[in-house]
Amino acid sequence: MTLDNPYLPYPVRIEQIVTETEDGNLKTFRLVFLNPEHEEKFRYMPGQFAELSIAGKGEIPIGIASSPTERGFLSFTVNRVGVVTAHLHNMKEGDVMGVRGPLGNCYPWDEMEAKNVVIIGGGFAFTTLRSSLVYLLDPQNRSRFKDVIVVYGARSPGMLLYRDELWQWEKRDDLQMHVTVDATDDPDWKHHTGFVPTIVKKVVSSSDSSVALVCGPPVMIRNTQPVLEDLGFPPERVFLSLEMRMKCGIGMCGRCNIGDQYVCKDGPVFSLAQLKEMPPEY
Amino acid sequence: MTAYRVYSKEEWTSAVKALESHYQVFVPVKDGDFHLFGLLSEGKRPDFDFQNTHLSPKSIVYPQSERMFEYSLDGEDPDAHMLKEAPKDFSPRAIVGIRPCDALAFQRVRVNFDTPRYRDPWWVSRFESTTFVGLGCNAPEATCFCTSVGGGPFSEAGLDVLLYDLGDRFLAKGLTSKGDGLLKKALGGMEAGGTLVRQAESLALKVTEAMPAVVPVDGLKDKSVLELFEAPFWEDVAFGCINCGTCTYLCPTCWCFDIQDEVLGKSGDRIRNWDSCMFPLFTLHGSGHNPRGGKVARVRQRFMHKLKYYLDKYNEGVQCSGCGRCVRSCPANIDIRQVAELMNSL
Repeated sequence: MTLDNPYLPYPVRIEQIVTETEDGNLKTFRLVFLNPEHEEKFRYMPGQFAELSIAGKGEIPIGIASSPTERGFLSFTVNRVGVVTAHLHNMKEGDVMGVRGPLGNCYPWDEMEAKNVVIIGGGFAFTTLRSSLVYLLDPQNRSRFKDVIVVYGARSPGMLLYRDELWQWEKRDDLQMHVTVDATDDPDWKHHTGFVPTIVKKVVSSSDSSVALVCGPPVMIRNTQPVLEDLGFPPERVFLSLEMRMKCGIGMCGRCNIGDQYVCKDGPVFSLAQLKEMPPEY
Repeated sequence: MTAYRVYSKEEWTSAVKALESHYQVFVPVKDGDFHLFGLLSEGKRPDFDFQNTHLSPKSIVYPQSERMFEYSLDGEDPDAHMLKEAPKDFSPRAIVGIRPCDALAFQRVRVNFDTPRYRDPWWVSRFESTTFVGLGCNAPEATCFCTSVGGGPFSEAGLDVLLYDLGDRFLAKGLTSKGDGLLKKALGGMEAGGTLVRQAESLALKVTEAMPAVVPVDGLKDKSVLELFEAPFWEDVAFGCINCGTCTYLCPTCWCFDIQDEVLGKSGDRIRNWDSCMFPLFTLHGSGHNPRGGKVARVRQRFMHKLKYYLDKYNEGVQCSGCGRCVRSCPANIDIRQVAELMNSL
């Protein structure tokens, strides 16, 4: 008897490594499947994640930063924090590693159709939001959604991810892009200054027919919720992507639960309405 | 038509021996002061005169530590860094003498590993290659409470054969085609019916009615998960806990695991090991944040998972088979029966 093995990573080659932030702690890895068949099997939607696997070191769950509309590769932006990520940061273009997935659910794409989409991101949590934005802006998809408003903030200009793309998006007229930093002494900074919730309050005028996707550090998520509530977003239309320590990624190893929900399999995306029904243990 | 066979106890011992040419046979064996399951082929002598084994037989289907994959890290090797499945043995095995609570436990665990979306290939393959030959409990212990959680000392759930100990002989009842197949290979004995079957049924009834503990779990389904989570008793419940993890290690329905890589020279293995929600590292994030950093949160997680989350998720009873091992072995005398009562009466 043979069973599909959900623990077996697909082999991939690192095609490109880009250092994203001025502190050098965030790098984006562009990965290419060694076997084209595996790329066909790896069908994903923005919001999903994968386990990056390094033989001899282990695995880490990371949100997929590329969009399914970008064919031929996957990209992942990885913060250097532990054994696996530190090793990954020292790897070179051309090295072989593994990817296991796609895992978890995605943002509620069906529910977002014909609605305004408000994307709110902070720090290095902008990865699956970047995937979502690229997906939304794809010529095949853009007309299925109404206004697209993006608020993305980081501590300082040098800590923003995907800077080249951000400035390209700012120039477009089919989305409203608001980039902010907590503070900067750069006199040429011509974007927003201030925390993400403050900017959301300023630039998002109405919740009518809108869905909000929120991903960021806990403090940003905590302070953005009352702002969205004040704007009239019902909890059913606010979606958050959560992080947890994970191992299996398929709802079996037992560690990433919040109540009876596994963040790896039932999440990582939950509506605020769902979260209100779950124990506050995350 | 249910098939019954009767074996004298000597006949049964040789019948079990005869199974060896068809199965890896696991039997209860005496080990110091306790009983454990051991492999007959390792020269272990079966001893069916026991209450329950100190360790549950869960490791027969789900080893405490198992190699998942192996790989080479040698740059000269064209397949370096690519994981390959480690060799596995899924040949037929039989657990002879498993107690009904432990058989029920495999059923409760199955929903975790065999799901519509994913199947754990190793747990499922080992489970499917196993024939479960149960031994009814004539003398449940003071800590047993299987009848409170959907089982019973002669429960047939999850079993292929049920044995009744009738003093000088065993009556074997075939429950599935897998079980009937095993009985055909258990040479000796003879077909039985009538008086012996009635004797067995009245024994089962008598023992079941005399079960010592009644643990209330009937109200848990309708309780609010948030109210139970915020209940005032968790500090008291967790007070004595030393986070040793004994309860999760002994529990036949605890299934959590960890995955680790181990390297020796230029090759390595990816291994999975039993893990425990009692340990702070279990949920520690890379950032240092820990959603269950304190022991009260961890003890609450264990009981909430078993008695509420599992019930809500699968609606197939609680994640407990009433074997009482955690009650007997907790060094701080934390008793799941009392916790169930607290939760049920909140």
